[in-house]
Amino acid sequence: MSTKTIATQRASMGMPTGRLAVWWLLMSEIVIFGGVLVSYIMHRLAHPEWAEQAAYTNTWLGATNTLVLLTSSLCAVLAHAAAEKGNGPKASRLLWLTILGGLTFLIIKSFEWTHEIQEGFTIQAGGFWSYYYTAAGVHAFHVIAGMCVMVWVAMSAAKNQDLHRVENVGIYWHFVDLVWIFLFPLLYIAK
Amino acid sequence: MTHHAHAESHGAGHAAHAEQNWFLKYFWSTDHKIIAMQYMFTGMLMAMIGGFMAYVFRMQIAYPGMNVPFFGHVSPDAYNSLITNHGSIMIFWVAMPVLIAGFGNYLIPLMCGCDDMVFPRLNRLSYQIFLLSAIILIWSLFVPGGGFGGAWTAYPPLSSTAKYNLTPMGSSMWVLAVALEFAAFLMGGINFIVTAMNARAPGMKAYDVPMVVWMIVVASLLFMASVGPLIAGAVMLLMDQNLGTGFYNPDRGGDPILWQHLFWFFGHPEVYVVLLPAMGIVAEIMTVFARKKMFAYKTVIYTVIATGVLSFFVWAHHQFVAGIDPRMANVFTVTTVLISIPIAEMCFLYIATLYGGSIKFTTPMLWALAFMAEFLVGGVTGIYLGASGADIFFHDTYFVVAHFHYTFYPIAIIGTIAGLTFWFPKMFGRYMNETWGKIHFWGTIIPFNFIFIPMFWLGMSGEHRRIYDYTNFPDLAVPWMQQLRIVSTVSLVIMLLFQFPFLWNFIYSMFKGKKAPANPWNANTLEWTTPSPPPHGNWPADDMPTVYRGPYEYASPGRDTDYWPQNERA
Repeated sequence: MSTKTIATQRASMGMPTGRLAVWWLLMSEIVIFGGVLVSYIMHRLAHPEWAEQAAYTNTWLGATNTLVLLTSSLCAVLAHAAAEKGNGPKASRLLWLTILGGLTFLIIKSFEWTHEIQEGFTIQAGGFWSYYYTAAGVHAFHVIAGMCVMVWVAMSAAKNQDLHRVENVGIYWHFVDLVWIFLFPLLYIAK
Repeated sequence: MTHHAHAESHGAGHAAHAEQNWFLKYFWSTDHKIIAMQYMFTGMLMAMIGGFMAYVFRMQIAYPGMNVPFFGHVSPDAYNSLITNHGSIMIFWVAMPVLIAGFGNYLIPLMCGCDDMVFPRLNRLSYQIFLLSAIILIWSLFVPGGGFGGAWTAYPPLSSTAKYNLTPMGSSMWVLAVALEFAAFLMGGINFIVTAMNARAPGMKAYDVPMVVWMIVVASLLFMASVGPLIAGAVMLLMDQNLGTGFYNPDRGGDPILWQHLFWFFGHPEVYVVLLPAMGIVAEIMTVFARKKMFAYKTVIYTVIATGVLSFFVWAHHQFVAGIDPRMANVFTVTTVLISIPIAEMCFLYIATLYGGSIKFTTPMLWALAFMAEFLVGGVTGIYLGASGADIFFHDTYFVVAHFHYTFYPIAIIGTIAGLTFWFPKMFGRYMNETWGKIHFWGTIIPFNFIFIPMFWLGMSGEHRRIYDYTNFPDLAVPWMQQLRIVSTVSLVIMLLFQFPFLWNFIYSMFKGKKAPANPWNANTLEWTTPSPPPHGNWPADDMPTVYRGPYEYASPGRDTDYWPQNERA
């Protein structure tokens, strides 16, 4: 059953409805991450001793993950460029590469977490670790959600359908990337 | 929009319509009008539950230890759980779904002249998540240990530590329900904003949009920009409860005040999130029944936006006694008093709209006028609480309870009933009974004042809120105070009994009321140009309305009729 309404196809603001909605979605996401990060920063400033805990995080793995996510974002941009040219199959292949980037990110993350938990730094091990797992966990959840949507978009893009969604999912992916750009220095580098 | 797209969606809509059985039509529909009704009826059901809770705990306050009819003995735990869930239900499961989701869903597509929301399936999902959250909340009242009893603000450590709240399951389910409810309204909010921005009828410019749509959109924006930190805070609270983290526990590097900041950063804009749709409903009703243009339409919108922006800088006035730095308290006192300026201006503009109008005292108009009168009391008493010096005395007394109900009751109950009685002919194609409507009106408004005016006195005499039994406090158990408590409680019972005529009127008129034409009130906005009730798709797909003027062209000189529909060609 088609549910495409007349309303969906209008553009009084001159911007496609889907893209407009993604921007509003990101606005609501910004305040969610903003809440976590501002709480963390305020507490971090009040507790200089958390720096000792932060020293146990693996900066190199964090840096690798940053590189992985940035590369995946590049693929998302290239996918958008391909979709603009109407080349659905190419956009789809590039989206699969983006998903692969997300997967690599999660695999590295799970190695990191397993190691830290074995060392005894669980979520209950103190204020820093509570924030560390919560902030990165909420972010990882967004990575997973983005990957799921991207699988769906890539499958329809391969058939040259709904190519405008390639851009929308790309905008979202850049945002997830950007959140990590904030998380990486706050959780790994600041020691 | 191409002609082809028109025809396609028209065809699809009809095919789908013909196939629907009653389950698909009423429970799995993507039609914004059905989803609006789902929200409204769920909200009204929750209002009955919340009202019943108020009845039970007020009976305990007036007659401590009695066996409350239809409930039985009220234990201290039950009392705490009842006041907590009364507050939570009335705000999150009544005011929000009815005012924003219900009226927003019903009115935005109709008033903007489109066939549905821009994302109909997201809309359906939003209601389903909302329904799930309501079920979880009700369920939480019946789990071992009972429902959460740490007040609707859920301050830690009471909310975060099972050892203190004694409701290990109930408190987690409460947080989960609230978080799901927020997720539902985020989806709904994105839908509302994008629909009003992008799917307006051809010719409808920003300043041709009816006031209620503007207000619901600004309310959705406020909600979207303020709820994020509380969603994060709710996740952290759930983890404190269940995973042993210490975000709100000072022993483990956390801080209980953090929750208060996260909660009230959302909590104060939330007041305006529900206030604005009610103000919008009142604006529509007043212009129609005063037969006048909205006075200073653009200025009202600017004051709404100013209120919205300021509402993000007042939250700490809820924390004046929470150990806040007095210098900070000064700042928040100033911002809090500042925000009364745009709100007061808005009220003046509404009164100016009435000035010189030919006012008809229909039931919806009575409710709209009562909204203005009662909300004014709530607004004026708020200034005492916004001033940090006075607040230290009034904090956590019944003065706050009375003030709060003088703002929220006009919003959630008076505003809602005003809207329901006004749009009832559009929703169901029939009129409600005016006589019964007026009986219900006076039977609600008079007892309402008798419930809450005594509370101002009691609060000023030092009656602390959240007390189970005042006989344990000799200073507060003096006869005149107890008598005032009984006045409040008896008035509440009377007010609740007067809701039955309304329910009867509502249900009876839905099926047997006098038939209403498409435009029973001679109003201008687009929803009145389609049959009552509007068909699936609202207008024929090849004859969608085009807009030529603003929504409030009443009594224009040189015309035969005193109204001028927005879609009528000049």
